[in-house]
Amino acid sequence: MSAAAARDEAERERRALERTWAVPGGFLGWFKVSDHRTIGKRYIVTAFVFFILAGIQAALMRLQLAIPENTVLGPDRYNQLFTVHGMTMMFLFAVPVMEAMGIYLVPLMIGTRNIAFPRLNSYSYYVYLFGGIMLYAALFTNTGPDTGWFSYVPLAGPDFSPGKRVDMFAQLITFTEVAALAVAVELVVTIFKLRAPGMSLNRMPLFVWAMLATAFMVIFAMPAVVSSSTFLLLDRLVGTHFYNPAEGGDALLWQHLFWFFGHPEVYIIFVPALGIVSSIIVTFTQRPAFGYTALVLALIATGFVSFSLWVHHMFATGLPLLGLSFFTAASMIIAIPSGVQIFCWIAALWRGRPRFQTPLLFVVGFIVIFVLGGLSGVTLASVPLDLQVHDTYYVVAHFHYVLIGGAVFPLIGGIYYWFPKMTGRLLNEPLGRWNFWTLFVGFNITFFPMHIVGLQGMPRRVYTYPANMGWTTSNLISTFGALFLVAGGVMLIANVIRSARSGALAGDNPWGADTLEWSTSSPPPVYNFLELPVVEGRHALWERSADPPVVTGVRSDKREVLVTDVMDAEPVHLSDMPIPTIWPFISAVVTAGFFVTSIFTPWALVYWAVPIFVALTGWFWPKQGEEGDTLEDKQAIPAESAA
Amino acid sequence: MNRPAANVDVAALPDHAFGHHGMIWWGTVSFMVIEGTMFITVLVTYYYLRLRVPFWPPSVADPSLTWGTVNTLILLVSCIPNHLAKKAAEDYDLGRVRLWLVVAMAFGLAFLVVRAFEFASLAVWWDTNAYGSVVWTLMGLHTTHLATDFLDTGVLTVLMFTRHGRELRRFVDISENGLYWYFVVASWIPIYLTVYFAPRWL
Amino acid sequence: MIIRSLTLLVLAVVAIGCSGLQAPLNPAGPSARSIAWLTWTFFTICGVVYAVTLSALIWAVMRRRRDEDDSPRTSRRLGTVVGAATAVTVMTLVVLTISSIVAGRGLTTPSGAGAVVIDAIGHQWWWEFNYQDVAPSDWVNSPNELHLPAGVPVVIRALSRDVIHSFWVPNLQGKRDLIPGILTYLWLQADQPGEYRGQCAEFCGPQHAHMAFRVVVQPVGEFQEWLRQQRQSAASPASAEAQHGQDVFMQSTCRTCHTIRGTEAGSRVGPELTHVGSRRSIAAEALPNDRTSLTTWIRNAQLVKPGSRMPPNPLSETDLKAVVAYIQGLR
Repeated sequence: MSAAAARDEAERERRALERTWAVPGGFLGWFKVSDHRTIGKRYIVTAFVFFILAGIQAALMRLQLAIPENTVLGPDRYNQLFTVHGMTMMFLFAVPVMEAMGIYLVPLMIGTRNIAFPRLNSYSYYVYLFGGIMLYAALFTNTGPDTGWFSYVPLAGPDFSPGKRVDMFAQLITFTEVAALAVAVELVVTIFKLRAPGMSLNRMPLFVWAMLATAFMVIFAMPAVVSSSTFLLLDRLVGTHFYNPAEGGDALLWQHLFWFFGHPEVYIIFVPALGIVSSIIVTFTQRPAFGYTALVLALIATGFVSFSLWVHHMFATGLPLLGLSFFTAASMIIAIPSGVQIFCWIAALWRGRPRFQTPLLFVVGFIVIFVLGGLSGVTLASVPLDLQVHDTYYVVAHFHYVLIGGAVFPLIGGIYYWFPKMTGRLLNEPLGRWNFWTLFVGFNITFFPMHIVGLQGMPRRVYTYPANMGWTTSNLISTFGALFLVAGGVMLIANVIRSARSGALAGDNPWGADTLEWSTSSPPPVYNFLELPVVEGRHALWERSADPPVVTGVRSDKREVLVTDVMDAEPVHLSDMPIPTIWPFISAVVTAGFFVTSIFTPWALVYWAVPIFVALTGWFWPKQGEEGDTLEDKQAIPAESAA
Repeated sequence: MNRPAANVDVAALPDHAFGHHGMIWWGTVSFMVIEGTMFITVLVTYYYLRLRVPFWPPSVADPSLTWGTVNTLILLVSCIPNHLAKKAAEDYDLGRVRLWLVVAMAFGLAFLVVRAFEFASLAVWWDTNAYGSVVWTLMGLHTTHLATDFLDTGVLTVLMFTRHGRELRRFVDISENGLYWYFVVASWIPIYLTVYFAPRWL
Repeated sequence: MIIRSLTLLVLAVVAIGCSGLQAPLNPAGPSARSIAWLTWTFFTICGVVYAVTLSALIWAVMRRRRDEDDSPRTSRRLGTVVGAATAVTVMTLVVLTISSIVAGRGLTTPSGAGAVVIDAIGHQWWWEFNYQDVAPSDWVNSPNELHLPAGVPVVIRALSRDVIHSFWVPNLQGKRDLIPGILTYLWLQADQPGEYRGQCAEFCGPQHAHMAFRVVVQPVGEFQEWLRQQRQSAASPASAEAQHGQDVFMQSTCRTCHTIRGTEAGSRVGPELTHVGSRRSIAAEALPNDRTSLTTWIRNAQLVKPGSRMPPNPLSETDLKAVVAYIQGLR
C-alpha cells in the first residue's frame, strides 16, 4: 500500500486504540480505572505520602532522642510513633512502592497493553489505601498500635495490650498482605504469559526478572504473617490460646511465624531495587548487562536463601546453639549472591562509558551505603556477636543502611530515571545532584553514629536514655543528620512538582536506553504501543533491526492482548481485557468493612458475608461490551480450535 | 542484528485457551499456592504446638471419627462429577457441563452440612486450649474454602444456564474451577489426617 | 580527603572501646572478652573487605576509558576477576562462620566448677533477682541489684512473669531473653570486683526504657557477707519518725504490693523492700537512692515512670517524710 494509505491506516488504528483503551473520566470514572499506568502511579504517589508521614514520625523521634530524658514525647506517644513508623515504612511504603514500579513498568517492558487481571490490580490499590487510612485514623485517635512493627506476644496479647491498638496492627497486615498478594499474582501471570513474541526468558530485562523473583517471594512469605496475625486477632477477639503459654500456646510461635515472613519481607523490598540498579547501570554505561546470567541466578538465589534466615532474629531466645549455627551459615551464604551482583556492577562501571547523571549517582550511593549495611549484616549473622548487639542501635544502623542504601537510593534513582517516561518531562538535573548529595551526606551523619552508640550499649525502642551513659553526643549528631534527610525529601518533592509542570520535555528515549518502554511516547499512550513489538534480542532497542517486526492481527476495537507461552513467548491465544468497572472498588469497600468490623466483633463474618458475595459476583458477572466467541462462532469455523 | 524479520500475525488465534496455555490457569494455580502455603503454615503450627506438651490432645478427648470420615468420602466422591464437568467443559459440551455442575453442587451442599456435624464432634472449643484453637482454625480455614468453592461453583452453574453460558471463555472458567475443586479436596487430606489421627497416633 | 575520613572513622571506632559502662567492647569477664575479640576480628576483616570494594568502585568510576574495554578479551578478564572476588568472598565467609561457631561453643559452658545459680525474673518494669538456697527461709530476693562473686561462674536462670524481657550485662556476656512459659539459661562470670550496668533489651511496654539494673561484683567473702545480711529480716524502725512511717506503710496501700520480711507486708506484686535502704538506686536505676528521689517516687511514681504499676500516693507531707525515713532505714 502507498505511504499515504499506510499513514491513514495507522491513524485509524491509533484512534480506534485510543477509544478502546480510553481511561474513564469524570468522578465515577476515577473509581473504575483499571489501566496499569494509572493504578501504578496512584500506588507510587500514595506510597510516597506514607513515606512522608513515616519520615515525620522519624523526625519527631529524633527530636525526642536528641538529648537525654527529653520531654518532647512521652512513652505512650513515642511507642505509637516508632511502631507506626516501622509499619508505615514496611507495609505502606516499601513493598507497595516496589510493586508499583512493577505494575507501571513491567507491561511496558515486556511489550503488552495492560497488566494481567487489571480489575484485581484496581481492587488491590483500594484495599491498600483503605488499610492505610484505617491505621492513620487509629493513630490520630490515640489508638495507634504501640508494641512495635514486630509486635511480640505476650506484650501484644489480650492480657498486656487491652483495647484495640494491637488489633489495628494485626488488621493492617491483613489489608496490605491481601493487596500485595494480589499484585504478586498479577506480576507472575503478566511476566509468564504476556511477553511480546521473541522475548524468551533469557531475553527478559533484569528488572522484570527482579519483579518475578519478588512476586514469588511475596506468594510464599505473606501467608505466614497472615496466619500469625490472624492467630493474634483470634487470641484477642475470641479467646483462642495460640500464644498463651498457660494453655499450651507458645510465645515463640509468634516469632517463628512472623520472622519466617519478616526476613523474606526485607528481600521483597530489596530485590526490585536490584532490578532498578541493573536497569540504570545498563543505560548509563551504554553497554549490555555484564554478567546477565550471574545476575539472574543471583536474584533467584537471593529469593530462595532468604527463606532460610529467619531465626537470626531470635538468637537471644535460648534456642539450641546447634540449630542457631545453621542460621548463621545461611545468613552468611546470602551475602554471596549479593556480592556477585556488586562485583558485576562494579565491572560494568569499569568497562562502560558511565554518564554520571542523577540516576547513576544514586546507584553509586547505593553501592557505598548498601555494602556497609551488608557487612554489618554479616557481623550480625554471628551468634555471639549478635548476642551483644541485638536489640541495640547497632541493628537500627544496620537495617537503615541496607534498606535506605539498598532500596530507597535505587528507588529515588529509579524515579529520576523513569519520571520522564511517566510524565513526559525530565526532572531538574542540577537539583537532582543536590538531592543526591544532601541525602547521601545526611544519611551517613544520621545513621553511622548509631553503630557506635549501639556498641556503647544503647538499646533500641527506648523513648529516652540517661544522661551519664555517654550516648548523648551520638544521638545529637544523628538528630542533626536527620535535618539533611528532611531537606533531601523536600528537594525530591519540589523537583517532582516543579518538573511535572515545567520540566524539559523528554521525548521517547532521553537516556538512549534499551528496554521497550523507551520505544513508545513519554508518557505512553493509553494503549502503550501503537504496534505491539516483536523482540529480537536481550536489549530490545539496541538489538532491533532497521524495520523492526511487529505483531499484527490484534484487534483495536476490543481490549485485546496477546497471550504467549512461558518459555519462548510463542503466541498462544488472544485475550480480552475487561472494560473498566466499579465492581473492584465496591468489593474493596466491602472488604475493608469486613476487616474493620472484625476488629470489634466476630459476627463481622455474618454481617459482611452477603455484601462480599454480591460484590464479588457483580465483579465476575460478564458485562455488556465484553462478549467473546460463542459456541455458534465455534461451529461456524470448522476445526478452529486447532489454531 | 540488522536482518529483516517477519511480522507475527496472530489474527487467527482463538480468544481463550485451556490449562497452562491460558491466563486463568496461572491465576488459579497462584491462588492455590498461596492458600496451600497458608494451610501448611497452620499445619506446621499444629505440630509445633504438639511438640511443646507431653500429652496430646491435652486434657480433652480425641475427636470422633465418624463425621470426618463420612465427609472425606463425600469430598473424594465429589471429584467424579467435578472431573466430568471439567472434561465436558474441555469438550465444549454445554449440556453435560450443566448436568455435572448441578450434581457437584449437590455434593457441595452435602459436605457443608456434614462439616457442621464435624465441628460438633471435635470434643473441644477454640478457647479451651491451644490444641482447640489450632484444630478449630484448621477446620475453619478449610470450611471457608469449601464455602467459597461451593458459592463460586454456584455462580458459574447459574451462569451456564444463561445466555453467557454459550461463550467459549466460560468453558475455560469451568475447567479452572474444576482444578480449584481438586485443590480444596486435596488440601483436606492432610488436615483430615492431622485433626482426626494425629491425636491418636502421636 | 579520603585518608582523613578513614582516620577519623578508625579513631571513632577505637573510641568505642574506651566508653565503659554497659558496653560490650569493655569486657570484664571471659565471655564478654571472647565476644569482644570476635567482634574486633569481624570488624577488621569486614573493614578490609569494605575498603577493597570501595577502592574498586572508585577506580571503576574514575578510570580513563580505553577502546579495548569493549573487547571480548576484557570481558573475559572481568569475568575472571568477578569469579575470583566471589571465591574470596566465599572463603572469607567460611572463615567468619567457623570462628563464630567456635566462639559460640565457649559461651555455653561455664569455665569453672561450682557455679552460683541466680534466678533473674523479669517484671514490667523491674528485675527480681532470687538467690535460692537449701532452706527456703534462706532465700534472698534482691530487686534491681544483682550481686555477683568475682571470679566465680554464675548461672542465670531467666524467667518472666509477664511479657518477654531480655537480661543483658554487656560488660560480662551477651543477652538472653526472658520468655513467659520458657526457662532459659545464661552463664556469666566477672573477673574483678566492680560495678556494671545492665538493661532490658527486649521491648516490654511503655517503661522499657527505664528497666535497668546494677551489677555489683564483690570478692567472694564480701559476697557471702552480703548474702548473710540480706537473709536477715527487716531492721526495726530506729526513730519515732521511722516508726510512724512504718505505721503509715502498713495502713496504706503500700503493703498491697511490697514485701518487708519480718512485718505483715507480704505481697509479691512489686519489688521486695526488706533491704531497700542498702541499694544504690531505686526504680530500676531510674533514680538514685536518696531522700529527694524517694520522696518524688513515693509521692507520684508516674512523674518518673509514666505507665508503671505504682500509683501516686496522696499522703500528707508529714506522713510522706516519715515513710521515707522508714524506707531509708531498711538497710
